[in-house]
This record gives sequence, C-alpha cells and structure tokens, in this order.
Amino acid sequence: MIRLKDVGFWYHGQADPVLTGVDLTVGEGELVLVAGRTGAGKSTLLGLLNGLVPHFTGGHLEGTVEVGGLTTGTRPPREFAHLVGMVGQDPLAGFVTDTVEEELAYGMEQLGLRPQVMRRRVEETLDLLGIADLRRRALRTLSGGQQQRVAIGSVLTVHPQVLVLDEPTSALDPTAAEEVLATLARLVEDLGTTVVMAEHRMERVIPFADRMLYVRGDGGVADGAPPDVLRDMPIAPPIVALGRLAGWDPLPMSVRDARRRARPLREALASRPRRADPVPGETLLRGEGVVVRYGPAVAVRGVDLDLRAGGVLALMGRNGSGKSSLLWALQGSGPRQGGTVDVAGADPKRLPDGEARKRVGLVPQSAGDLLYLEHVADECRAADLESGVPAGSCRELLDRIAPGIDPAAHPRDLSEGQRLALVLAVQLTASPRVMLLDEPTRGLDYDAKTALAAAIGGLTAEGRAVVVATHDVEFVAAVADRVAVMAEGEIVSDGPAADVLGGSPAFAPQTAKILGPGWLTVADVDAALPEAVR
Amino acid sequence: MTARPAARMAAYFLPRDLHPAAWWVWTLGLAVAASRTTNPWLLLTILAVVCHVVVARRPDAPWAMAFRVYVVLGVVIVSGRVLFRLVFGGAEGSTVILRLPEIPLPAWAAGIRLFGDVSAESLLGGLYDGLRLATMVICLGAGNALANPKRLLKAMPPALYEIGTAVVVALSVFPQLAESVLRVRRARRLRGGMGGGGRYRALRTVVIPVLEDALERSMHLAASMDVRGYGRAGAVPARARAATGLLMIAGLSGLCVGVYATLDGSTPRYLAFPVLTGGVLVALTGFWFAGRRVRRTRYRPDRWGLAEILVAACGVAVAAALFATSSVDPTNLNPSLTDLSWPMLSWTPLLGVLAGVLPAHLTPRPEPTVPGPTASGPTATVPGREPPAVEKAHA
Repeated sequence: MIRLKDVGFWYHGQADPVLTGVDLTVGEGELVLVAGRTGAGKSTLLGLLNGLVPHFTGGHLEGTVEVGGLTTGTRPPREFAHLVGMVGQDPLAGFVTDTVEEELAYGMEQLGLRPQVMRRRVEETLDLLGIADLRRRALRTLSGGQQQRVAIGSVLTVHPQVLVLDEPTSALDPTAAEEVLATLARLVEDLGTTVVMAEHRMERVIPFADRMLYVRGDGGVADGAPPDVLRDMPIAPPIVALGRLAGWDPLPMSVRDARRRARPLREALASRPRRADPVPGETLLRGEGVVVRYGPAVAVRGVDLDLRAGGVLALMGRNGSGKSSLLWALQGSGPRQGGTVDVAGADPKRLPDGEARKRVGLVPQSAGDLLYLEHVADECRAADLESGVPAGSCRELLDRIAPGIDPAAHPRDLSEGQRLALVLAVQLTASPRVMLLDEPTRGLDYDAKTALAAAIGGLTAEGRAVVVATHDVEFVAAVADRVAVMAEGEIVSDGPAADVLGGSPAFAPQTAKILGPGWLTVADVDAALPEAVR
Repeated sequence: MTARPAARMAAYFLPRDLHPAAWWVWTLGLAVAASRTTNPWLLLTILAVVCHVVVARRPDAPWAMAFRVYVVLGVVIVSGRVLFRLVFGGAEGSTVILRLPEIPLPAWAAGIRLFGDVSAESLLGGLYDGLRLATMVICLGAGNALANPKRLLKAMPPALYEIGTAVVVALSVFPQLAESVLRVRRARRLRGGMGGGGRYRALRTVVIPVLEDALERSMHLAASMDVRGYGRAGAVPARARAATGLLMIAGLSGLCVGVYATLDGSTPRYLAFPVLTGGVLVALTGFWFAGRRVRRTRYRPDRWGLAEILVAACGVAVAAALFATSSVDPTNLNPSLTDLSWPMLSWTPLLGVLAGVLPAHLTPRPEPTVPGPTASGPTATVPGREPPAVEKAHA
C-alpha cells in the first residue's frame, strides 16, 4: 500500500537532513505506530505519505514515495484525497465547514461523488463513530473528543485506503482517548484500512499496533514489530520500562500480558510502596465556594480548594469539566462569579495584574500566547522588567529548568518543551508561591516530561505549591502527591495520589494496573525492589 | 382518492429549510416596496408583515438571533432622523409646534441652523423618511435571519464555487480573530499587564501574537483543504481555461458599462440596453463553460420547490403592487407634507403588502437545529463548557 524507496528529505536552509535512506513497505490493513522525540521528524514522515511534504512545506525530497501505486513527487496532495485521509494535531484548525454533517460531506463533494452515495456514507460514518446525535451541531461547540471523532469521520467518508493521524489522542481525556483508539482498531479490523499514527503517549497505542517505526532523529528510521523496536528505544512507556526493569523477554505489550508475568515481581515486592508522605505545609491558597459561569453554562460549581506549601495537586477530569476555568479563577485573571480566594491575606482578583502574578502564577494551555518578542533573550529581559527584579533573573531560572537554550532563538522556533520552560521561567520570575500549570504535557515527549517533572520537584522543594491540570495519568503518577478529579464543575474526589489513581480504572497508571494499586510509577518499583531480585 | 391531496399536504409541510435565495427574493421584494412609499401606514404594515414572518419562520440558529439588532438599528434610524430635524432647522412649513431659541452661528457656518422654530411638517417629513429607511434595513435583517447567509453562498453556481468557499472561509476568520484577541489579552494579564512602554507596546503585545495565530491557522486550514481535495481540477486544458476566463471578464465588463449607461441618462443609448444584454449573455456563456468543467457535487443541495416559488412570488407581488399603484395613485403612497392631514390608505397597496405575510403560514417550518432530548444517545459526552478562549486546543 505504502512504499518508500530510499527516501531522504531536507528542509531548505538546514544542514542536516530530517530523513535519509528510508526504505519502508506498509501493507494493507496494518496499524503502524510512529514514535520518536519531539522534532525528530515524525510529522515530516507522516506528511510524506500524501505529498503535503514537500508540496506544501517546501524542502527537498529524494527517492520515491508511492501510495496505492501513485508517486507523490509529481502530484499535489489534493490528488491523493481519495487515497489518503489525514487528521492533524488540532482538529479544530482543520475544519472547513461549520456543522458536523457538512464537514463529513466536504471531502466527498470535492471528489464529486453522487448525492445518494454521499447521503449513505454520511449516515454510515455517523453510526460508525457514534456521533449521530451531533449531526447538526456546530463544530466549535463540540468537546475535544467529539471534535477528534468528527475529524476522523470527515476523512473516512471518502473511504481512503490509508489513514494518517498525527497525535490523535494527545488532547483527550483517558476515556475519550480509549474511544478514539477503539474506533481506529475497528477500522483496521472491519474495513482493512491502513492506519499510520504518530503518538507521544505510546502506552495506550502499543497494544493495538502491528508495526512500529521509531524515527531516531538522525535521519534513520527503525522498523519492526513493537517488542523489537521498543527493546532498544531510548524512550519507553511505563509498561516497557517495567519489563526492562524486571528483565522480561520478550517485552510485554499490553497490561494483560504484563500482569500474567508479574507474579514473581509482585511477590518480590513484599512491602507496600513507601512514598514520602506529603509534609503538610502552611496553606498558601484557600478557595471557598468558587463559582464560574458563562451565561447559563456553569463551569465551576462552588469548589473549595486548599493548596499547601510543598505539595503538587493534579487536577483531572474529562474535557470541559471546568479545570481550566477553575485555574483561571484561582489566579484572578479569569471570571469568577462567586466564592472567595485568599492568597496570603488578599484576593488576587482584586489586586492589580502585576501584584496578582507575584502571588499566583499561571501557565495557560496555549503557553505560546504569553510570548510576543522575537528573541528568547528579549523575553527574559521583558520578564525581568515586568517583575521588577534584577536583570538576568529570568535567564537564570530558565537555565535551571532547561539549560542551554539559545538566547538568539525565536520563541516560535523552540521545541514544545523548551517553549514551556521559557514560559514557566517568565512566570516564575515574579516568584509566586503558587504555580498553576494548565495542560503542560501536551506535545511533550518522555524526556521533556521527565525534565518538567524535575522542574516541578524543584519548585516544591522551594516551598511552593503547584497545581497541574492534565489528562496524562502517567505524568500525574510521577509528580503529584494529591489528585482531585473534577466532573460537571465539581470536585468529585480529592485525596492522596495513590488512593485516587489506584482506585479508578480510568485513571490508573499502567504500573498500578500491573502490580496493583499503590504502585504508581516504575521509579517506585525500582526503589522498593530488593537488591537480590535486581 | 381523497387521502392523496392530504398526504401530499403533509409531505409539503414537513419541516425543512427553504432555499435561501427564495427568502432573499422575498425580503428584497419587500424592501423595494418600502422604498416606493413614505406612507406610514403602509410602512408599518410592511414592518408588521416582516416581523410576523421572521418570528414564524426563523430557525433557532445564532445568525437568526441577530434580527433584534436590526430592529434596534431601525429605531435608532427613525429617532435620529427626527432628532436631526429638531436640531438642525425644522422650519419648513407653517405649523410651528415648538419654539426653541436659535443659537446664532458665525458667518462661516452660514446655511446651518441650530434649533429655532420647529414645524410639524418638517418633523413629519423626518419621521416618514426615517421610517422608510428603517423598514428597508429591517427587511435586510429579515433576510439574514431567515436564510443562512453561508448557505446562500453555497447555492452559487458551480463556476463561482471557489469564490464562494473563499468568502465563507474569510467570514469565519472574524469570530476566530475575536477569540484570539480575547485569549491573548487574558494571557497578557498573566504577565502583569504591560509593564510600562506605552500604548505602542500594548498594541504590539496583542497584535503580534494574534496575527501569528491567524497566519498559523490559515496555513493549517489551507493544508487541510488541500489534503481533502479542494481544487482538484482534474485535467482542464490551459486553452479552455483561458477562453472561459476571457468570456467571463468580457461579459462582466459589458455588464458594468451597460448598467452605468442605463442609470446615467447622458450616455448614448446604444451603450445602455444592447451592451447590458450582450454583457449578460457573454458572462452567462462563460459561467456555463466554467460550470461544465467543474467535477464537484453538492451534499444535500437546497431544492427549489413549490414553497420556494410561493415565497419568491409573494415578495415579487408586494413590489409589483406598489409599482403598479404608484403610477395610478401616487399621492396615497407619498402623503403630502404641505397640508397636514392623516395620511390616506387605499385598498390596493394595502392588500398588495399583506400578500407578503402568506409565507408565514403557507411554508414548512425550518428544521430544528438542536436535537431534542430523545435524540441524544448514550454516547453523548458533555460538550465543552469552557469558552473556546480557554479550552481551545492549541498545539
């Protein structure tokens, strides 16, 4: 179905090739997972499959890419519309029309299918993806998971033989992500569609994948069955890390697999994991009865929340459950219709913006919005000025969080992880004692997440309180000591991370699923494992 | 056999959205009718007809809710007109009803009067004039409320499809820009406002990220449209394309010259009607050629059925009625302002205007946009509650 012959690719003005000497053949009905670090060239590899690279992005392509017997070299991407369906990272940015039904029909209209065929396929696709009740809804009003399913549906209606997805589950809560993955698995099973998918959070996708491509970042691509590729891959999901730690061979690919083999490990781990109990520090922020509403819609419904020094609270819950609204309300910049927030004796909403950020810092979901200058050095200087601190403070913070960022680089050219570090440094320059992070792990690979976790650890060691709103259970398991789950604008459970995460099938990290509640991360297991077994 | 007409009636009245062009013909008909008269009774009747139809047949979509804005605009127009007569001289006519002290103005402002005597005639003139303009504006508002403007663009002939898509995409940029501005301004507050540097800096700190965002979004959209086959021309020989383009341009230029000559009496007559028809014909040929090579289909196109004919015919009838009566009975349509009396109303124009109300009862209802509670299945998840400004996915 897909054949890459000796493919190499350069972007203009860059010395090193993104890909060199790639030879690949993907057959019909395979589900291929593309993994790799941020910026390694995963998106480039995906774009090659329908000619978006190089026709749209520019650059120099060597070798031939053949899909369904057509080569991309001479044809623009639109001539592949009937063969390759592509779903980008941000589904909302790719929508052409306004409503679900029109969006599903758009591709077919371009191909000139007969109206009866279009009608039938729209109905079939609505059912296949379980979105029939959304058919007349405006696309902008849908939740993230619904948008993602519409985006997949909109390319499915033309019956493509290849489906290419770039991070389809990165913005979704665990349950919605499972739904999307189950849909994809069903397509492969029922329709024989070839699916090529890039994903940072591999842990959920690996059980479904037939094949794995690891884009190494030096131009090469490792290709093989998931256990083989994962064995020598430097980045690994928890299940693989655990398998390596326990010396399992072949590596387990699914939780079920691992659980069967985990019995000796479970027995060796005699004691319960001992995580240092959070030291109950002083209360830095106290919110009582916080209410946020947008017109008739209630986003936050009277939430009480205390943040203590040295603690990391993870805020979880499905898309649209009010996490972001709560964070903005706590910081004081967002709307808040009721309740009180008290930070060191003052309400941040009543303080001038400059004062509020000295008490509570917030890194919003689209962190890049905070940056507006051309160079990293300028941003740092502006941050020093804004906070009234000696020059160089921001740069010092940045070097502590992510050393070695080129001061002359444009913030837009930084990797996701570096940009997040820069925004975090800018916000920390005002030295707030409470730091709120909204979806910080989006688009971060495992290394960047480890770096972020270390940065958060540093903040708590300095006696700050940190809140992280995220869908990423593995990240929560690694950093948080307390977890609050939100639903419908209320906090439905709040407690130590081990209790909340371990007690729920939707939120349990993989290690907990394998070894039982209480074991949250591979690091916990590593620490508790007796020398003899290791 | 008696059941068949009834069954047909039931099918006719099934809820559906009418062809947007039908509603636009109807509203334009009423607007043209309003432009022909200053008789307040007639204008008020037109307003009543428009409001009645809008209330009866508008869909519950966001664009339909904007009708209220047009009504407010109408009120502003009427009161503005009257106020102007009050402030800047309203002394034409003999019946002075209000004596205000006149404010003397310097010599360079000769010709402008501030306050002074106000006559009933000039106030009435302002009222009639304002009412006419307001009625026309509200008619346009009704068109907007009854027909989705975007669907109208989609109903364009295939040759204009690409332009239509471009306009639709451009229109959707504005709400997105507003959203970006909101998001970036909130982000700016997180950085502690502006930190000094004046207004220029404030502008820059908002405008640059918003423009960057807009640019990035349009690149995404362009890529997405390309991937999904937008502009799949197939193979059209370059010569055929050039010929079509030439026909279109020649036709449209002819059309412009013809329209100009028709409206401007001083240009030679042979430039008027012959050039106009010639231009239309050439342009239509170009359209037809261009449309023939388009290999694209439309999902659930708007059909032009009996209801559409009825709606459009009502609009045309209203306009025609007022055109016909204006040649027979002009005083009734434009009541005199020199001798004050209650404006008269004759039956013919009134009945003509009242014909406009028929679509409110003789057309099918619009389809409900939001499905009822029964339609949501078990898979329905909670829709995004937070405003897009916050929850918007941004990679």
